[in-house]
Amino acid sequence: MEVGLEHFLVIGALLFGIGLLLSLSKRNLIGVLMGIELMFNGANVTLVAFARFLEGAEALAGQVLVVFAITIAAAEAAVALAIAMALYRRRQTVDVDRADILRG
Amino acid sequence: MFREIPEAAAWAIVLAPLGSFAIISLASLARSLGLGRSRPPHSAWLTIGAITASLVLSLWALDSVVQADGHAVSFEPHRWVSIAPLEVSIGFRLDGLSAIMLAVVAGVSLSVQVYSQGYMAHDPGYSRYFAFMSLFTGAMLGLVAASNLLQLFVFWELVGLCSYLLIGFWFQRDAARRAATKAFLVTRLGDLGLLSALLLIWRETGELDIGAIQEAALTGAIGSGVLAFFAGGVFAGAAGKSAQFPLHVWLPDAMEGPTPVSALIHAATMVAAGVYLVARLFPLYALSEEALTTVAVIGSVTAVMAGLLGLVMTDIKRVLAYSTISQLGYMMAGLGSLGLAPAIFHLFTHAFFKALLFLGAGSVNHATGTFDMRQMGGLARYMPFTFLFTVVAALALVGIFPLAGFWSKDELLAIAWDERRWVFWALLAGVFLTALYMGRLLFLTFAGTYRGGGGEGHGHPHESPLVMLVPMAALAALSVGVGLVNLGKGMEHLLVGSLPEEGLAVEPHFRWEMAASSVGVGVLGVGVAWLVYGLKVVRAEVIRSVFWPLAAVLERKFFMDDLYEGVIARGLVLRGVAWALQQGDEKGVDGLVNGIGQAVRVIAQRVRMVQAGQVQVYGAAIALGVVVSTVVILLVNP
Repeated sequence: MEVGLEHFLVIGALLFGIGLLLSLSKRNLIGVLMGIELMFNGANVTLVAFARFLEGAEALAGQVLVVFAITIAAAEAAVALAIAMALYRRRQTVDVDRADILRG
Repeated sequence: MFREIPEAAAWAIVLAPLGSFAIISLASLARSLGLGRSRPPHSAWLTIGAITASLVLSLWALDSVVQADGHAVSFEPHRWVSIAPLEVSIGFRLDGLSAIMLAVVAGVSLSVQVYSQGYMAHDPGYSRYFAFMSLFTGAMLGLVAASNLLQLFVFWELVGLCSYLLIGFWFQRDAARRAATKAFLVTRLGDLGLLSALLLIWRETGELDIGAIQEAALTGAIGSGVLAFFAGGVFAGAAGKSAQFPLHVWLPDAMEGPTPVSALIHAATMVAAGVYLVARLFPLYALSEEALTTVAVIGSVTAVMAGLLGLVMTDIKRVLAYSTISQLGYMMAGLGSLGLAPAIFHLFTHAFFKALLFLGAGSVNHATGTFDMRQMGGLARYMPFTFLFTVVAALALVGIFPLAGFWSKDELLAIAWDERRWVFWALLAGVFLTALYMGRLLFLTFAGTYRGGGGEGHGHPHESPLVMLVPMAALAALSVGVGLVNLGKGMEHLLVGSLPEEGLAVEPHFRWEMAASSVGVGVLGVGVAWLVYGLKVVRAEVIRSVFWPLAAVLERKFFMDDLYEGVIARGLVLRGVAWALQQGDEKGVDGLVNGIGQAVRVIAQRVRMVQAGQVQVYGAAIALGVVVSTVVILLVNP
């Protein structure tokens, strides 16, 4: 069986969907962050797949974008985990529902 | 004698008291703000000064009218309102009728104001009182001078307002507030007729000017049906103002106001405005037999009915109030018998002696602290001058020769004899009743022994101060003398001469037997009163128990107050119309407004769940939104 573009796109969409579900349904901040990471990677897979199947000079653009995205995702993870640490220290919990001081 | 009065001077008659009202109001306002140093006595002086000016100018105007051809001075009317097709002018109508009225109003007002200085001396509302009295006098003079029906209507309502304000002058008292409201509402009922008559005549002729309407009626431009309705509507207004049956119920209650107010407004001037209005439009009534008959019937019924009611009242002012109603009925009956001049002549004389009677009642009240005649008695010894003046006025009212009332009442009887025989008999019965209740009043108040007055501090009644006696003396002199002004038929020529066409009004003929019979009936009435209340040959209680059904009906005032207040006001209006309106308001209007509010709240209760502050719910909404919009976009552009 030939592995084509559609397979990659399905994988990417699945990853994005699972990540979305996670980040919307989890009450644990760590879980939410993991969902967000999954959504990143779902998007990355899609980008790389398009780059692989695209002809010509633009082919490189998708891969370059993915490298940037991974970098930013790492930075985001660092900041988000730092927030999670700070939250835990203050409130002894990482439940997002209980981080509600700013709620109007 | 003098040159003809210029228009500016004529207007000053009206404007002087109105100016006094404005100044007193502003000065009182300034005083309450801590500005200026005006004191209450100033307001009395200002009022008296302004009304003196009005009186002098009124006499000048009267002189001009006497000199003028056709007994009228014509001034060009000024444009007031111009909204096509409505053109209303404002003008000063100076003819025999208005000149006489101006002089009467200013004259009586002046004496009442002087008297008020004494009567109201210690009242905290002193300035307010004189401000209202000024406003009333100005409005009444304006009413008399109006050349246009709309202009007249404005002043007509203004005097009604003043009446309301002054009846309710002591508004701390519940009875005064009720009486003021009653007077306002009952007269307003009549004014509804007047207003509709104005609208009708304007629709028919496009005119509101009194002269133009008379002209149109005389040339036959107004149909007889319209004329009858117009005259009827105007008479409804006049009956309300002049307290004619069945709208008379407000006047006895109006006695809650200060006594000088009763003398000026509710005896001499404002209540005569209805008679004046009918007289002013007399040519129209003369052309409509139906209207004329209505006026005669109502006038006669009122004259007899109010006379009967006057017999049973124990409050001296209420006796006088019913007497006023009865005398106004005389005037209306006279007008209804084509007697313009006798009716106005009676209005003229009545103004003086009835004002004097009220001032006398006020003087008695000043001394005894009560208006209840059962607590008076024997006052002739303590208050000789008040007694003398009251007797003069009472005999003038009864119509004893040669006092003023004799001449005018006699003319009314004569005209009724010639024109409508049944009116004559009604009026003659009225003469007897008048004599009876006036005799009763005199004997109860002044004869016998003093019965204590109204409680503490009134054990030794004393004569009133000079400031009250002098105006009473002036009015007493007039009550004796003014009957003579028509000896040479001077007043009659003045009135009939200023009618637009000759032969509209009928002139009375003096007959010895008529004069003798009316005086005889009057003496008979006083004599009966003397037997019962003076000599006490038959005790009043015995008479009452013999005629108990009549007495019971009279003491309930023919059940008219019960009918109006119980059945109509409480039953029909309060339980019927007002109840229906309340239901409509609460269920309909409030229901709609509250329903909208309720609906918004219920919907908001549901909708606010969406914004719970849950970031994850928002995220889900965003995701869902993206999916839905993507699907829609793909479906629209495949």
